[in-house]
Amino acid sequence: MSAILSVRGLEKTFGSVVAARDITLDVPRQQSIGIIGANGAGKTTFVNMITGYLRPSKGSILFEDRDITGLPSRAITRLGIARSFQVAQVFPSLTVDENVAAAVAVARTRASLLMSAITPLASAPATAEAEELMTLFQLGDYRNARAATLPQGVRKLLDIAMALVGAPRVLLLDEPTSGISIEEKFAVMELIMTALASRRTTVLFVEHDMEIVARYAERVLAFHDGTVIADGPPTQALADPTVQTLICGTAPLGVAAGEVLHAQGLRS
Amino acid sequence: MLTAFAILTDGLVYAAYLFVVAIGLSLIFGVMKILNVTHGSFYAFGAYGAAIAVGAYFNADYAAAGGFLLMGVVAIVVGLVLGLLIERGLLRVVYGRDEVVVVLVTYSAFLILEDVLRLLWGTESYALYQPLAIGGNVMVGGLVLSGYDIGLVVFAIVLAFAASYALRHTRYGRLLTVVIFDRELAAAFGINVSVMYTVTFVLGAILGALGGAVMAPKIAVTLGIGVEVIVLAFAVVIIGGLGSIEGALIGALIVGTCRAAAVHLVPQLELFVIYAVMALVLVFRPYGLFTRAQPRKI
Amino acid sequence: MTWRNTLVGALAFAVVASAAVVLPAWLMSLATIALANALVVLGLIILWRAGLVPFGQALFYATGAYTVALLGRFTDLRDAVLFVIAAALLSGILAYLVGLLLARYRDIFFAMLSLAMSMILYGVLVKTETLGSTDGFHVESATFFGSALHGRTAELVLFWFVLAWCALAALVVSVYFRSVAGSLAVPVREREIRLEFLGISVNRLIHLKLIIAGTLAGIGGALAALAVEHVDPTMAYWTTSGGFVFVTILAGAGSIAAAFIGSFLFELVRSVAVDLMPGTWQIILGTVLLLTILFLPGGLGSVVTVGRRRLGIKTP
Repeated sequence: MSAILSVRGLEKTFGSVVAARDITLDVPRQQSIGIIGANGAGKTTFVNMITGYLRPSKGSILFEDRDITGLPSRAITRLGIARSFQVAQVFPSLTVDENVAAAVAVARTRASLLMSAITPLASAPATAEAEELMTLFQLGDYRNARAATLPQGVRKLLDIAMALVGAPRVLLLDEPTSGISIEEKFAVMELIMTALASRRTTVLFVEHDMEIVARYAERVLAFHDGTVIADGPPTQALADPTVQTLICGTAPLGVAAGEVLHAQGLRS
Repeated sequence: MLTAFAILTDGLVYAAYLFVVAIGLSLIFGVMKILNVTHGSFYAFGAYGAAIAVGAYFNADYAAAGGFLLMGVVAIVVGLVLGLLIERGLLRVVYGRDEVVVVLVTYSAFLILEDVLRLLWGTESYALYQPLAIGGNVMVGGLVLSGYDIGLVVFAIVLAFAASYALRHTRYGRLLTVVIFDRELAAAFGINVSVMYTVTFVLGAILGALGGAVMAPKIAVTLGIGVEVIVLAFAVVIIGGLGSIEGALIGALIVGTCRAAAVHLVPQLELFVIYAVMALVLVFRPYGLFTRAQPRKI
Repeated sequence: MTWRNTLVGALAFAVVASAAVVLPAWLMSLATIALANALVVLGLIILWRAGLVPFGQALFYATGAYTVALLGRFTDLRDAVLFVIAAALLSGILAYLVGLLLARYRDIFFAMLSLAMSMILYGVLVKTETLGSTDGFHVESATFFGSALHGRTAELVLFWFVLAWCALAALVVSVYFRSVAGSLAVPVREREIRLEFLGISVNRLIHLKLIIAGTLAGIGGALAALAVEHVDPTMAYWTTSGGFVFVTILAGAGSIAAAFIGSFLFELVRSVAVDLMPGTWQIILGTVLLLTILFLPGGLGSVVTVGRRRLGIKTP
């Protein structure tokens, strides 16, 4: 199986601060990867470099065998890598309907500015894609609510739904369940992962909750001090003694190793 | 050689006066994040006030030193009255709205005050000639320099040092630095941001009026001087970087020198040069010379 | 719904066009200027919807006006249509060039850089002898489709000519507002980052807005030059830009019609104020602007929307 995303020797420095270093990995198609690590370990920096928000200081990123290192984020998005944000980035004064419609409209015309200036916003096929996403993420009840008034969890779902417009092949989720109550976390994650599976999207998600990682990741990347210290299936990566001491112990919702493995056991 | 010297001295004098006007504008922006168009009115009221009050004072033949002191008094009165009126009566209502909307509010106040000037003092022009006469002339290297100009430059330098000292070493200055750095943090520390705003705005207004007062002897005080000065002051603070003393100083020097050079070498390009420099600076330093762009956080 | 709007718009223009026949001369010349200026405002509305306020739109207004004036002075061309097209092209190109730089800025830096650009032109115009320096110069009368007109006929034809350009501009802008790019104004204002990560360049969106707005301002300037038959550097001064911004805020970003109505009211109040209460024009201006910002943030256009909602009519 050839990799859809290949990262080679990625490094990012801010002045004398090294935020990420020596990151090398391959992501096969349709894999679901959980990224763990303490705050400041370099997780978001990694996501930001892949999606073009930050320009790597060193190293290269290949997407479908094409070098995308240093491309602007909009170009990377156009090629098929989308992302969501720690804090949902939606248009607050627009309704859910309008948010999704805007995303669909942009995706359909983003190649040509001139096209986008003469294509009417409301065109039939665009509405079809919007409807599909609304159903997939159960946003129907909130249609006419302004994004600013949405509950946190729904706003994050909207953010992800918008990222999925235009069917990206790779999706990076930056803490999809942060700010969502513990009871709802699994429901939200279940919804997201089901939607992604149905669209065969390769997904990398940053997550603090080890239980969620254990349940939804096929592979875990453990970050510490800007680099990957463990990479493998959850059973193996989460059991790694270094990961145990450095990350699981410090995670905000730290879960004892036994419980994690138990959760993993339940799953398989 | 003589031209170069003339450019330098003219530039310095012009920069001195621009600095006095611009530092108030920059102070208000630094603390309140308001680009205050009304600053042009403060300047104009300062100039009118000085031309009329100080002119009357000299005509009554009192001691000369008192006349110069009176300029300061006029500036303080104008700044206090107009500053309090605008900040308490107007800006208070629109805090928290878009930067651009607040600019428009100050623009409205500026328009109103322009006509208030006209209603108060009519369309004629006032001249305050005595201070220049009292200041006398000095010959330096074959060039006639006005004593008043030299005094102005000295005054600007003192003002720059005083402002910089006050910001670092006085209680108000230090509190101000905190507010400039992070408004919410300052409020969380128990600093009364609302009072700080009022004090800052009034102080800025006084400085604006002072700019007008000290400039009054050098210009014909007439309608429209506020309109002209505000765009110049904008150029100064944008070049230097909004909200910093060094910025206002360097901006004033750059604009002053460029203008003097243009006036002496290619008079046709006087205005062109100032704004071309401003555009050029913004191309390379989008937020001016002395400010660092804040990275967006996601 | 959109068809109804277009129909209403067409009808409104037709009514105004026929009403012109009975308009007194002073009102017609006032309306001609108001319409020409409304084109500038129309462009500013495009930018204002995205949260951008250029304090130097007079740059393009003056460019359009001087294009007509200079063509009349230095060439044998006299055709009005040609004049306006030349002005539109030139100001459009200038807007493209200025936009390369300006589109990277937001908020007050956008406003101030735009101001600087217009002041550069002002500085050049004031000091250049061949461009008429401070006094400006007379604009040659244009011909309409080959014939030179005089008196009342000339005024009437000029009015219709300006009106026709306004109708065209209104149509183009309404198509733009309904397009994908045009509908992204609120997203541009609120969350640039989301747009970038949807794969579209916000700077280029803004650049496009600038080109459209600049071209409209150029056409407005050209028409104003034809109407006033004189150009001078104050057309590029920042207070001229300020006036356009004023009408834009007054009109609000909500509707195209508001640009025309706002511009007309502005000219009307100005001529009345200057006649009856000299020296208070700017007080009126400032007070109205203040009241609009404080109590009617959506501008005049929003009164219609709010009214409709109260009456239970669905807004298009």
